[in-house]
Amino acid sequence: MSLEKTITSPAADRAAIAAAQPAILVEDLHKSFRIPTQRVDSLKERAVHPFSPREYRELRALDGISFEVHQGEFFGIVGRNGSGKSTLLKLLASIYRADAGTIRMAGRLAPFIELGVGFNLDLTARDNVVLNGVMMGLTPQETRKRLDAVIDFAELGDFVDLKLKNYSSGMLVRLAFSLMLEVDADILLIDEVLAVGDASFQQKCADAFQSMKAAGKTIVLVTHEMSTVEEYCHRALLISGGRIELIGDPGAVGRKYLQLNFEAESNPEEDATAGPLPESDSVRLLDAQLVDETGSPIKALPNDQPVRVRIELEALRESTGLHAGLILTNSEEIGVYEYAIPIGGEDKPMPVRAGQRMSIVTEIENRLVADHYFLSMGINRTYEGGLALYIPNMVDFLVFGGKKSRGVVVLDQQTRSKIEDGPQA
Amino acid sequence: MSEVDATPVLEEVRGPSALGGGSRRFFDLLWLISVTEFRRVYFGTVLGYLWSLIRPLMLFGVLLFVFTQVFRATSKGVEHYPVLLLLGIVIFTFFQESTTNAVTSVAAQEGVVRKTQFPRLVIPLSTVLTGLFNFGLNLIIVLIFLFAFGVDPSWTWLLFPLVVVFLFALTAAVGMGLSVLYVRFRDVAIIWTVVAQVLFYATPILYTVEFKESLTFHRLMLINPLAVVMTQVRVWILNESDAPSAAHAAGGWIWLLPAAVVFVGVCGLGAWLFGREAPRIAEDL
Repeated sequence: MSLEKTITSPAADRAAIAAAQPAILVEDLHKSFRIPTQRVDSLKERAVHPFSPREYRELRALDGISFEVHQGEFFGIVGRNGSGKSTLLKLLASIYRADAGTIRMAGRLAPFIELGVGFNLDLTARDNVVLNGVMMGLTPQETRKRLDAVIDFAELGDFVDLKLKNYSSGMLVRLAFSLMLEVDADILLIDEVLAVGDASFQQKCADAFQSMKAAGKTIVLVTHEMSTVEEYCHRALLISGGRIELIGDPGAVGRKYLQLNFEAESNPEEDATAGPLPESDSVRLLDAQLVDETGSPIKALPNDQPVRVRIELEALRESTGLHAGLILTNSEEIGVYEYAIPIGGEDKPMPVRAGQRMSIVTEIENRLVADHYFLSMGINRTYEGGLALYIPNMVDFLVFGGKKSRGVVVLDQQTRSKIEDGPQA
Repeated sequence: MSEVDATPVLEEVRGPSALGGGSRRFFDLLWLISVTEFRRVYFGTVLGYLWSLIRPLMLFGVLLFVFTQVFRATSKGVEHYPVLLLLGIVIFTFFQESTTNAVTSVAAQEGVVRKTQFPRLVIPLSTVLTGLFNFGLNLIIVLIFLFAFGVDPSWTWLLFPLVVVFLFALTAAVGMGLSVLYVRFRDVAIIWTVVAQVLFYATPILYTVEFKESLTFHRLMLINPLAVVMTQVRVWILNESDAPSAAHAAGGWIWLLPAAVVFVGVCGLGAWLFGREAPRIAEDL
């Protein structure tokens, strides 16, 4: 990714930022929405039942949020859908009004939380740039002066008098992004925008972000992309159920976020909807689960815990011995590890009778990078020969945490380096 | 990219409002949006400005035919009935089109309202301002008619800006109130088209106040601020020697008080409604 090359590790300037003045100060922010249980959309309904009490369900979107963002900080806000992160952003952007609590800001805020919302598709790029510039608080004259810079940055010189409805979505995003960068707001609130445009444009955006950081701009980014948060943000805030779950180091916040996500995903109801278990005429799979150290089923595990899988089988026919072959593949269908174990014995399989149950508990050292993994299983007749059962993707699970990396596994390595004595300067 | 200012001071963010974001930005936005919209409508289509003329002129043609040729009734005693009719139609068209456009304006700008920090009041006001530009152009046609029918200019023409200010305030207030009501109650749009239609006939446009010689009738008619405008415009613009002024028709200044109360009430109500609802529009949409 081109972005990675230009933006240096945030760790370096983190200390300086922590000492900076606050740019955003939020204290004990509350916001709830009243959701009518029966929406009254017409005057007639109001007129017919003027005194019937209107019933509301109170939805607490934010429940006592306090935090501060320092000047020049790249601050991430993460959370699951419905956690309140967008509400928080809209309160910061003065789109919603808070029920209680205060928000204080130092400096000028860019008034958009999403790219291109101020665009009128029936107008040309030129008109839109001027309109949006004014929306951001410039005078029309200032905006006209900056028009060329905006258009150049977006690489849309040939299309400046084309109506936006004839633009491709990529062109629109480029225009919106370069417009936002050209208006010198002190604080930017951004709702998921980074992964836009082609590689060369991403490069430009990365450069622009870099210069904005250098210029002391404060950026608040709401996103689902954990890698973005971990790579760019100085600090991050995890919000869950309208409260702050964790605030601080982006890595820790990222791990906590993934954990919350997968906990919610692996609720028992979903498991019940699994299809019928595969069968063959000699061995039947009863159950196969990824489990934690206490033996309870899980769907995901952190990268510092071993992969434990529990498999229950039933023999349908007598056999002199069976081997189980297990293949672990990642989301790109690359085989990561393959091994076979004899069923029932230490180093050779034991005979089974029809109707007998077998169980396998296997534990694999976790050297896996964060990804989606699949465990497939084949059962072989050791002495009679032939495949008794094959179940592709028997168990699938997620591994989370750790640094995002290019490899398939994480290996231990010991490296020494030194600079040889050479000619003195 | 400009250099960083000296450390900015923390200021409390007060949330969305009708005017939020500074008055210069407010007026810049209002002006720019109105002008851009006006340009888009009238220079974006092939016949451009002609389209905006066709509607009032057609209405004028039909009504003129019906009321002078078929009924032959209301034009008696009016020296320049066709000019008066056209002026009335142009004035009412401004009011009707601007308010009708304003009703749905806030809801139509959903993206802007829900995703940007935007002074909400700009939205209905810019539709009214766009309507005002259009009104200005239509007045040129009225002027041509005035000369064609041999109406002599007089110093009272200079009072016309007063009428425009008054009309703009009334139209903007109605537009503001309706546009936020529409966010909550979608049938406001339908109701308003009917009400506007009724208003058209309740306002002395096709006829003049004195067509029924009853003082009570005059007084009732002149509760409607638009009726006062139409009556007064006839005196000021058409220069008719025997046309009664609004005060005269009602039998004294005191009887124009109800119209003043209605005017102030409508303006107050519109502003109050908008101010009350503005912070919540984004949530209700």
